[in-house]
Amino acid sequence: MTRQMTGAKMVVQALIDQGVDTVFGYPGGAVLPIYDEIFQQNSIKHILVRHEQGAVHAAEGYARATGKPGVCLVTSGPGATNAVTGLTDALMDSIPIIVLTGQVPTFMIGSDAFQEADTVGITRPCTKHNWLVKETDSLSGVIHEAFHVATAGRPGPVLIDIPKDVQFATGTYTPPKPSTSHYQPQVKGDMEAITELVAAIETAKRPIFYTGGGVINSGPGASQLLRELVDATGFPITSTLMGLGSYPASGKHWTGMLGMHGLYEANMAMHDCDLMINIGARFDDRITGRIDAFSPKSKKAHIDIDPSSINKVIKADIPIVGDVGHVLEDILKVWKSRGRKTNQAAMAQWWSKIDEWKAVDCLKFKQEGKTIRPQYALARLEALTKDHDRYICTEVGQHQMWAAQYLGFEDPNRWMTSGGLGTMGYGFPASIGVQMGHPEALVINVAGEASWLMNMQELGTAMQFNLPVKQFILNNERLGMVRQWQELLHGERYSHSWSESLPDFVKLAEAFGAKGIICSDPDDLDDAIMEMITHDGPVLFDCLVEKHENCFPMIPSGKAHNEMLLGEAETQGVIDAKGSVLV
Amino acid sequence: MSALKIKKGSTSHSAYNLRPTFSDVEERHTLAVLVENEPGVLARVIGLFSGRGYNIESLTVAEVDHTGHLSRITIVTAGTPQVIEQIKAQLGRIVSVHEVHDLTVEGPSVERELAMFKVAGQGDKRVEALRLADIFRANVVDSTLESFIFEITGAPDKIDAFADLMHPLGLVEVARTGVAALPRGD
Repeated sequence: MTRQMTGAKMVVQALIDQGVDTVFGYPGGAVLPIYDEIFQQNSIKHILVRHEQGAVHAAEGYARATGKPGVCLVTSGPGATNAVTGLTDALMDSIPIIVLTGQVPTFMIGSDAFQEADTVGITRPCTKHNWLVKETDSLSGVIHEAFHVATAGRPGPVLIDIPKDVQFATGTYTPPKPSTSHYQPQVKGDMEAITELVAAIETAKRPIFYTGGGVINSGPGASQLLRELVDATGFPITSTLMGLGSYPASGKHWTGMLGMHGLYEANMAMHDCDLMINIGARFDDRITGRIDAFSPKSKKAHIDIDPSSINKVIKADIPIVGDVGHVLEDILKVWKSRGRKTNQAAMAQWWSKIDEWKAVDCLKFKQEGKTIRPQYALARLEALTKDHDRYICTEVGQHQMWAAQYLGFEDPNRWMTSGGLGTMGYGFPASIGVQMGHPEALVINVAGEASWLMNMQELGTAMQFNLPVKQFILNNERLGMVRQWQELLHGERYSHSWSESLPDFVKLAEAFGAKGIICSDPDDLDDAIMEMITHDGPVLFDCLVEKHENCFPMIPSGKAHNEMLLGEAETQGVIDAKGSVLV
Repeated sequence: MSALKIKKGSTSHSAYNLRPTFSDVEERHTLAVLVENEPGVLARVIGLFSGRGYNIESLTVAEVDHTGHLSRITIVTAGTPQVIEQIKAQLGRIVSVHEVHDLTVEGPSVERELAMFKVAGQGDKRVEALRLADIFRANVVDSTLESFIFEITGAPDKIDAFADLMHPLGLVEVARTGVAALPRGD
């Protein structure tokens, strides 16, 4: 049923009709009419952040933890430009979010008006699509289409720029209906290619599943199908940083995360496999290492909903364009109908090889002395929280890699981290978004002190909305990953990779009215973590850790998977000049 | 596009070239991109090329279907087969893009470009310019006692050839539209 209403009311009505329950935002001159409508309703909760970047990361966290698109509302000019980092982050990690920006009135666009910015121009390369709506009559249609574009195919961020006069004017509202636009990405895979893959599965001697964020984006059903396929075939499985949780870490066939700081067994198996089945991953440079030495002996199948991912970096022998869930369903169907065959004898040999690599125990460490090692802090956090209804966010750096290595993820949508863009400052606001989606859950942001300070203002948000997010800061007073690279690549010249004048985190927490905990003694750690978990409210946990710890294992830049460094020994000079230009 | 497929009807290379997908030989391709005719759509397309470091040799754009709100962008680009394949896939995932056609591999096609040349000179040079224009079927669209403007339509290499001939005869200014192309037959 169509109705007449103002553009501002349309925005709120369209969000309600799209099933939105939470909006993260920050008001300003160009969105006041929409805020006025928000004031006059109770269906949508608005979370007032302290910086627009925080709004976008919170929406990302919400989207990743709930599987629903996240929504942000910010003003024109600086409001929109502050959203750019979050938009780019969501684009790189394929996270569906809808960002609504206010704009100066249409008749002032182009006049360098107060708080005017060319928002659609600035955000064109960092959104999946964006719109400037110049007529109130088209506003509701655009908003509904924006939800379709954000979630269909490979998900991503979209932005709608709404001039203030369009918000004030009255127009016709149309309720959502199934999208009839030409944008309808293909979800079913080509059956011929799927059959070719099944034939390869039947005969493979050293197969491996290499899964990514696409499995999570495809929905919980895709993770279920993946588990069924992995367990039925008995093939080993590894995952990218983005895909953790799609197969349980406690699963029998799990070999751990792969890539630059992935597990030895996962990377060695990738290097030596004869059939690589890439499901919803994109051969990112953190994964492949040196391209010309990447898994030289394998036939590569690549399942991806985005045709541009296929053959972008690594040539696929069996390309399958389609949604992971649909394709997995068809693979299982065909494989079962052909008699559920695998090469059992070869598989036993392959697993015994993998078990040899596992025996290296690449994550082993010793907690000695009175200084907490970061690995120990995470191992204890894992032990004390794994039985909780737990969601983990991270910032970016060493702590992020340690969290991926030492925490176990049993289910999808429980791990929120900035993978593609590597955005320091992501984790804290993301944890706020996650907590909004799951009010009763234990939400922990594993952070470094430097990353955490990048969006520390959001402590105000957590307090105002009573969101009991736990900020677990591994404080080494260093930009740990930068420091590690300077040690390996730049002759131990630690140029600007440590912070002086760090705050007293306990006092900082208290200044916002939150709880602060400091812990420096390994013997006190368990009690301190328990205190953090049981406190009903936001906690800032300042965990003072070893300052010079490096993150291992590591594939140095420009090296292949089978050239991993396992520890401190002889790290100098391993990266040659060609490798050192890589990031 | 699979590896080692024999290329059909290329306009710039032999029709019998073998083209492995990951070859490092650069090829010139003409792409026809049908897009929603809406503000910013050209910026999306050229932003893709600049942002990802692809070449644009020429580009033409105009609305071709008023009722369907469709514009046709014809892009001549160069790159290795892998890059060309990426360009097409990347264009295809722009939400405003309806269709992407690689006219260089999809079959025989016709490419045309319009150009205008201003040539200034007197005496023999002026006569020679006019004679050459006649040979190239260029039209005189403006004339003064000291200059001509020639209008010429043709494949890009014909226009290049005409430009080379006009240079010593007093070529002052050139305007070219870039390539428009259509597949042959139905």
